[in-house]
Amino acid sequence: METIQVPEPEESIPSLSVSDNQGLLQWISSVDHKQIGIMYLWLSVLFLLIGGGEILLIRIQLAVPNNHFLDPEMYNQLFTMHGTTMIFFVAMPAIFGFSTYFVPLMIGANDMAFPRLNAFSFWCTFFGGLLLYFSFLAGGAPDAGWFNYAPLNQYNYSSSPGIDYYCAGLLFAGVGTVSASANFVVTILKYRIKSMGLKQMPLFVWMLLINSFLILAAFPSLNAALVMLLFDRQMHAHFFSAQGGGSAILWQHLFWLFGHPEVYIVILPVFGIFSEVFPVYSRKPIFGYAFIIGSGIAIALLAFGVWVHHMFATGLGNTVNSFFAASSMLIGIPTGVKIFNWLATMHGGSIRFRVSMMFAIAFLIEFTIGGLTGISFTLVPIDWQLTDTYYVVAHLHFVFIGGTLFGLFSGLFYWFPKMSGRDLDEKLSRWFFWLFVTGFNLTFLVQHALGAMGMPRRVYTYPDVPGWGVLNLISTSGGFVMGISTVLLLSIILKALRTGAQAEGDPWDANTLEWTTSSPPALQNFDQVIPVKSTRPFRDYKRPDDADWKERDSHGK
Amino acid sequence: MHETLGLLLSSIFDPSSPQARKIVGLDYGFIAAASLVLLLVVGLTLFITIRYRFKKDDTEPNQITGNRRLEILMVGIPLLLVIGFFFWSLNTMSAILPEHGNHKPDVIITGHQWWWQATYPGTSINTANEIHLPVGKKILMQLEAADVIHDWWVPSLGGKMDMIPGMHNFLWVTIDKPGIYEGACSEFCGQQHAWMRIRVIAQTPADYKKWLREHELNATKPTDTLAKLGAALFMNASCSECHSIRGTNANGMQGPDLTHFGSRQTMLAGMMDNTTKNIDKWLTDPQKVKPGAHMPRFIFGADSVHALAAYLKQLK
Repeated sequence: METIQVPEPEESIPSLSVSDNQGLLQWISSVDHKQIGIMYLWLSVLFLLIGGGEILLIRIQLAVPNNHFLDPEMYNQLFTMHGTTMIFFVAMPAIFGFSTYFVPLMIGANDMAFPRLNAFSFWCTFFGGLLLYFSFLAGGAPDAGWFNYAPLNQYNYSSSPGIDYYCAGLLFAGVGTVSASANFVVTILKYRIKSMGLKQMPLFVWMLLINSFLILAAFPSLNAALVMLLFDRQMHAHFFSAQGGGSAILWQHLFWLFGHPEVYIVILPVFGIFSEVFPVYSRKPIFGYAFIIGSGIAIALLAFGVWVHHMFATGLGNTVNSFFAASSMLIGIPTGVKIFNWLATMHGGSIRFRVSMMFAIAFLIEFTIGGLTGISFTLVPIDWQLTDTYYVVAHLHFVFIGGTLFGLFSGLFYWFPKMSGRDLDEKLSRWFFWLFVTGFNLTFLVQHALGAMGMPRRVYTYPDVPGWGVLNLISTSGGFVMGISTVLLLSIILKALRTGAQAEGDPWDANTLEWTTSSPPALQNFDQVIPVKSTRPFRDYKRPDDADWKERDSHGK
Repeated sequence: MHETLGLLLSSIFDPSSPQARKIVGLDYGFIAAASLVLLLVVGLTLFITIRYRFKKDDTEPNQITGNRRLEILMVGIPLLLVIGFFFWSLNTMSAILPEHGNHKPDVIITGHQWWWQATYPGTSINTANEIHLPVGKKILMQLEAADVIHDWWVPSLGGKMDMIPGMHNFLWVTIDKPGIYEGACSEFCGQQHAWMRIRVIAQTPADYKKWLREHELNATKPTDTLAKLGAALFMNASCSECHSIRGTNANGMQGPDLTHFGSRQTMLAGMMDNTTKNIDKWLTDPQKVKPGAHMPRFIFGADSVHALAAYLKQLK
């Protein structure tokens, strides 16, 4: 069979010259993209358990009105840490975990462009997370919410060192994120196997490429704001304090100029995962390959022109509000239309209901709910009613969980055999799926109603208004179902790692290059790579008579 | 307290002002369109997953990679929908929040950690947490913040508006009928954000005039001995450093003005009913009742607390 040589780095990579079995030291000193990817994923699991534990404490406090389980100070620290943790230390590391592991494998490379920078990025994220959590020991965690509005984030309103640790921790992690993205851009553009043009690149890699540019442009705004805030708190600058001539609203502009692209940063790679999963389990190519890339680029560009929709109630005036309302509606189109791409991918297929695919299908509905409530915020008067209520809490969790987390789960069940060489228990995994999806809907569907009934977000307790108590109790019980199912997931993973059946190299009859390696791949990914002539090189290889590249005009133009 | 709150259930679908009604119209329009989209997606998902699920004798399906016409439709229809809603929303925005121009505000509300101050330009009234407004008149509210960002929101009266230090924001509201309208601070503002509830008391123009007249008066002088003792204590202990009572020497500006405190239904920004027992509890240990509140604990004896409560309660 025709094969192509993989380009190897000219200088040897340190980890390749030593034994690959040195226990913990091997992991700590590793510059191998697969080991770093796995460490990212475990970091994400660790923080998922911490952030999940925090929110369960919060849900206990909110289970009944006028509760005294947590005092307000602790409550405010917990919800701040929950949000910050889930976004920066669960979603981001999980995305980087899958990306670091699979981007080189999917493009036929043996490692990232800069393996040592790759390790550096991981350890920055790792220590950023530790630094953030050290605040609990140092006198109090940050307590001004994950978006940390000024002037509440100033020293005179939050004098515990928590917010200083927030700044330092996120700056550290931010350096890791930016350097990882630079690494991805170079890896994807320069280290693809020669025969893989941009038009043959898997969609996951495409989304990662777009995403990396998004990160490179968005994070500087956050990093600048964090440094300015540290100046305010440590050196009595007045960037964000109105009394000293600064501006409270400036923080919101800087934060959301990062913060809204961030929402797309945690969803675009997941769109990439789904664009791999749907075709494989439907036995069909993705519907509208170019369309998905185009809409991904449209999202990335528009993402920088929508941040003010987080600020419609700050009194910026109708002119400004209508501009950002229009741009926010526009970005909804490329985001939402992809749902129909995936539906069309399944249409006419032969759908295999493996757990990965089940999460992908559930995502279609959950993400549509989250997307539609998102569109409701672009109708400014509706935003004026519902922003900063539990309706927002419901919306953002439908997007972050129903979107990002379902995508990460889908990716986990898809790629786990490849990464570990073990099969997950299918029956228990199905239990996990149904428990988690039930718990998720139980928790967050009712919160839409709570918001419309007037319950603001971020309150440590609430008066006994009719309806509020019941709905909150439902939400709390749903939260515990999610908690239990997360523990179940962990046990499924641990069981598979210990006693799981040996996984095949290509258990799903998949299309892309990572499945041509053994499960798990050897330390050096490839000796040789099969020819890449279409977006589904492995399928072409397995079905040479039905190869994609033989039918140039199958796009139905 | 439970019964009263029960009557006050307010949701965005229970509008009591033309501004809120305009938004509800848009709400229903959006809900209709969104339900259609959701139904379409759910219907397609169910249909496709059932119809095209794997069957034993399945062969490799037809490999379709796209369809330009369908893709154009997929973008075109949402685009049309969105354009329609954009203009509807634009229209609603300018109807609810027209330029205020040189119009003088009828009431100025200032958010504090964690209470609301209301002053009425042209009068000497300075009150807290329970905001009296007349029905049937288009009122311009000026919203400010004394410390951090707060947010004014009374769901059945319309949208919310942030109160930002160093800025003046404005909100129009026309209340339909007399009654009590509940709301809450909706921007996280620190430890007691949860207990920063709003109560708008809407009155007929005649009642409102009467209320204005009564509240322009200075505080009533205490008559019974206990209240007199309380008054003396109030002036000599540090209370007067932070609280004002018009007609006395107490002119502090940090805490709520207490000139007509006794006439308020609730205290601590809606946290509890305004009863002598609750005032007792609060004065005995404020940090236990509302942790973080900027009211320090004075180690008063029980007698002093009773006296102070008696004095405050008769400030009708």
